[in-house]
This record gives sequence, C-alpha cells and structure tokens, in this order.
Amino acid sequence: MTTATSPAAATPPLRSAVWHIVCVAIGLVLLYPVLWLVTASVKSGTEILSNLSPVPKAFTPGNYTQAAEGVSGITLWRLFGNSLLISTGAIVGNVLSCSLAAYAFARLRFRGRGLYFAVMIGTLMLPMHVVLIPQYIIFQKLGMVGTFLPIILPKFLATEAFFVFLIVQFIRSLPRELDEAAVIDGCGPYRTFWYVIMPLLKPALVTTTIFSFIWSWNDFLSQLMYLADPRDYTLQLGLRMFVDQSGSAAFGPMFAMSVLTLVPVLLFFLAFQRLLVEGVHTSGLKG
Amino acid sequence: MAQATAPPRPLPRPGGGVTDAAPAVRRRRRSTALSAHVFLAPWLIGAVVLTLGPMLASLYLSFTDYDLFSRPNWVGLANYRYMLADDRFLTSVGVTLKFVLIGAPLKLAAALAVALLLNRARRGVGLYRAAFYAPSLLGASVSVALVWRSLFATGGLTDRSLAFFGLEIGGLTDNPDYALYPLIMLTVWQFGAPMVIFLAGLKQIPKELYEASSIDGASRIRTFFSITLPMLTPVLFFNLVMEIIHSFQSFTSAFVVSNGTGGPSDSTLFYSLYLYQQAFTNFHMGYASAMAWVLLAVIALVTFLVFRSSRMWVFYGQEEAS
Repeated sequence: MTTATSPAAATPPLRSAVWHIVCVAIGLVLLYPVLWLVTASVKSGTEILSNLSPVPKAFTPGNYTQAAEGVSGITLWRLFGNSLLISTGAIVGNVLSCSLAAYAFARLRFRGRGLYFAVMIGTLMLPMHVVLIPQYIIFQKLGMVGTFLPIILPKFLATEAFFVFLIVQFIRSLPRELDEAAVIDGCGPYRTFWYVIMPLLKPALVTTTIFSFIWSWNDFLSQLMYLADPRDYTLQLGLRMFVDQSGSAAFGPMFAMSVLTLVPVLLFFLAFQRLLVEGVHTSGLKG
Repeated sequence: MAQATAPPRPLPRPGGGVTDAAPAVRRRRRSTALSAHVFLAPWLIGAVVLTLGPMLASLYLSFTDYDLFSRPNWVGLANYRYMLADDRFLTSVGVTLKFVLIGAPLKLAAALAVALLLNRARRGVGLYRAAFYAPSLLGASVSVALVWRSLFATGGLTDRSLAFFGLEIGGLTDNPDYALYPLIMLTVWQFGAPMVIFLAGLKQIPKELYEASSIDGASRIRTFFSITLPMLTPVLFFNLVMEIIHSFQSFTSAFVVSNGTGGPSDSTLFYSLYLYQQAFTNFHMGYASAMAWVLLAVIALVTFLVFRSSRMWVFYGQEEAS
C-alpha cells in the first residue's frame, strides 16, 4: 500500500464514496426546505403542521386549483402576468442600457471617463436606502406611483451598476483587433458597437438576462412601495396578501402558490445552471 | 495635450496622402467624446436623476421634518440627535450588527469549506455545485421566507425536534431570544453564491505550488494554511466586502417572517425594516433619510476598515499583476 502510485491514479473508491456521501448529505440538508415546500403544497392545511414527514397522508391537489383562483378576486394568472411584465421590462431595460454604457466605458476614450467610472463603481456599493425616499418622491410627483414605471424605468437608465460592470469586464476581454478592423473598414463607434461588439456580447447578455429576471421576479421592496392597486400586484405581493387574508386553514393553497411562484426561477436555473454557476461571478473578478 | 495618450496614427486614406494630422485627430477625438456621451446617455440620466440627485435630496431631507404631503421643515440635527434617544433605533442597530457579525462569517466559512470539498475533478461535481447554488437564487423570495416561517414556528419542525431533545422553547420565530437565528440560518443557507466565487479563486491557484509542497512533504493542513488560504485571500476579501454590504441591507426575509413588524418584541427589527416602517408607515421621511445616511456612513466606514486591514492579510501574488 505504501508504494508510490502513479500520479495520475484515480482516487481510491472508498474515499470517493465517502466524498459522495458527504456531498449528498449537504445537498439533502440544503434542499430540505424546498422539498418541504413542494410536499406541503399537496398536503391539507391541518396536515402541514401535524405531519413532519415529507410524504403526505392525504394527497391534496386541490390546493393548486384553489391557488389558481388567486386572492380577493385577483386571479393567479393576473399576478403572474404582472410579474412577467415587470421582469420582461427589467430584462430589456438592463440589456440595452447597460451594454450601451459598458461599451463606452470599455472602449471609448473621452474626458471624464475615470470620474464616470468611479461614480458607477460607487453606486455598486451604495445602499439603496439613501436614494429610496427621494426616488419615491420623484415618482410620486411624476404621478407614476401605482404604475409599473417606477420599477421598470430605472432599468432603462442603467441603474443596476452590477450589469454595467459585468459587461465592461466582458468587453475588455474581447480582442481589440476586432474593433480596429471595423474602424479600418470605415465603421464609426455606433456601427462597431452594433455589428461587432453586440454579437460577441451574447454570453454576458445571457447572464444579464438571467439575473435581471430572477432579481426582478423575486424583488419585493420596490413592488411593495410602488404598487397600490391589488390588480397591479405581482406574485410576490399577491402571496403576501394571501398570507394576510387567510388563516392557517389556507396553508395548503398558500404553499401551492409559493411553489408556482418559484417555478419560473427554477426553470431559468435549470436551463442555464451551467452558465450561471461558472460564468457570472467569475467574470467580475478578473482584471 | 496630445502627449498624455498616444495619439492614434492618422489612417492612410485611400487615394490620398496624410493630410494635416492635428485637426483630424482633434476632430476625431471630439466626435468620440460625443458618441461616448450618446452611449452613456441613459446611464448618465439615471446617475444624475435617480442616484446623485436623490442622494443630495435625502441628505437635505435628513435635516428636515417631512411627511411627504406638507413642505419639509428644517430641523437641523434633530433627527440625528433623536436616534440616540430612540430605543427602537438602537434595537435595530443591535439586531443588524448581530446579524452581520454572526451571519457573514458563518456564511463565508460554509462557502469556503464546501468550495474546498467541491474543488476536485470527480463525477457529479457539476451537479452538486448547481444544487448547492440553488438556494442563493431562491432565498430572496417571499415563498422561501414563508417556508422559514412555518419551519421555525411553534409546532413546526425545529420546535418539535428540539422538544424531542427536551428543549421546550417553542418556535424559534416566536421567541424573542432566538427569533434572529432562523434569519441567520436563512442567509447561511444561501452560501452558494460566495461558494462559486471561492471555486473560481481556487481554480486560479497554480498547480506547481501544490506539487512543490507535496514534494516538501507538507501535510494537508499545512498546505491549506500556507498555500490555499493565502492565495485565496483576494477572493475572500471580495466576498467579505460584498457580504457585509449585503447583510447590512437585509429586508425581505425579516419583513415576511415577522409579517412586517420586526417582532417578536423587535427581536428581528432589521435596520432597513425599521427605516421602511419610519418612511412608509409613519411617513417620517426626514428621520428615515437621516437613518439612510447613517447606514451609508456605517457601510462606508466598515468597508474602509476592511480595505485598510486588507494590506495586512490580503496576499496578491506577483503573477497576478495584470
């Protein structure tokens, strides 16, 4: 046993097995709340509190039909549609405005770039509370409180500096020869951006899309602040209204609705998990 | 003027020699500056109208008494002075500090430990990594906060498991002494995001260092403390700063778990939750603005201290110069 094995030797099966057991155990602990949620969504209200086992005693799919009816006259589909509208707006806004700004930061030389860039990085770390109240006042003066605009409009103004930074880092990694070639071919900055840079940005824009979606989908504070009419409510607000208006008897439908709220996030995650886990966070680190 | 940056060489135009270069360069530079501002226009508008302007406005409001409906009334430092006498404010500071000081280190420790566990080429690594990352995407949602509320409520899972071991303390979320811990667990549960950053950092450590240390006969623990940890300090530093900034601002989970109250007995009254209550329940916009500026100052101070201390413990390898 003590003789040296070749360096490329595979890990001994026992150690590999122990490793897998440890990983699976961590996974089970971590995913237990999600599993609990999914099984609770098909349990009856009384059973959720009394039965800790994940297997439901009485399978209650009716929770879902009840959840689909929504809250106080607002159907689940309406809530879903509102959430989807906000998220789509956030995606389009972030992709457009952040890639435009990022191109200028990464490729164009102009006076004040250093200052602008410092401001952009500064806003990355700025706690939102500092701007929360005046923003609310501005949108109130503009008569936009109670509409989706205060939630969507800022995305079109590149307020999510994280994405600007992400795309800047990505553009910096692209070979400059491409831009130069385009310039020699007679392209100005606009056409260089649109025909050369934009197509190459795809991975960064996919990341931006995924995170814009998930963050705006899960967002709670700004929706809570700006949406007043239950007909404009999103899933997150609807879910909270549901909790407020129904007692423990409605636990089943409440969790059914919770599951339905998470499904789009999970679908996004499953579709892009590779990219999400490997791409995102690392791209901000280099450089 | 032109010395600062290497002036772009005038492009030879087809059919003509190089004509008077300086004005052409200048013209080109001016047009680049113009197009740069076109590209930056949305961001600039956002930065001025939605960030810098509101910052100044909230600084001004922090010295006023303002309820959103009547004119702001200048009160000088009264808002700031009132904080020291406001028990709920002091409570919220305590709650938040406790949350940051316990939550952030635990989360980063979990992230680092699991990243080390996953930092090997074995079958299934991708699957585990994805599974461990998933909570980071779900954790901010109302749904998960509701699950937490049920799991840690009286009669819920933790209540009954603790009761099984003879600890009859009721549901953690109903007990002011313990109500913060489920929220700390909720943040630690989301260790996947810093974990993938650690994993990316681990991949950057040159293999030769490990080969050298194994030739020298270093133990695994020695290798960890002499190679892995020092090489990982830049990433650790990044994670620490981000985590601190985030945890100071936690809102949704506390709001949903305590149903907007920060209860029981203000034991989960996070700073931003109290700020929200002051601003949008009591319409004390001036006071809330003052609170926001104190938060900004504290976050800036803590970040600054972490940056300062980084000289002592963050190791930047020579080959990382680029």
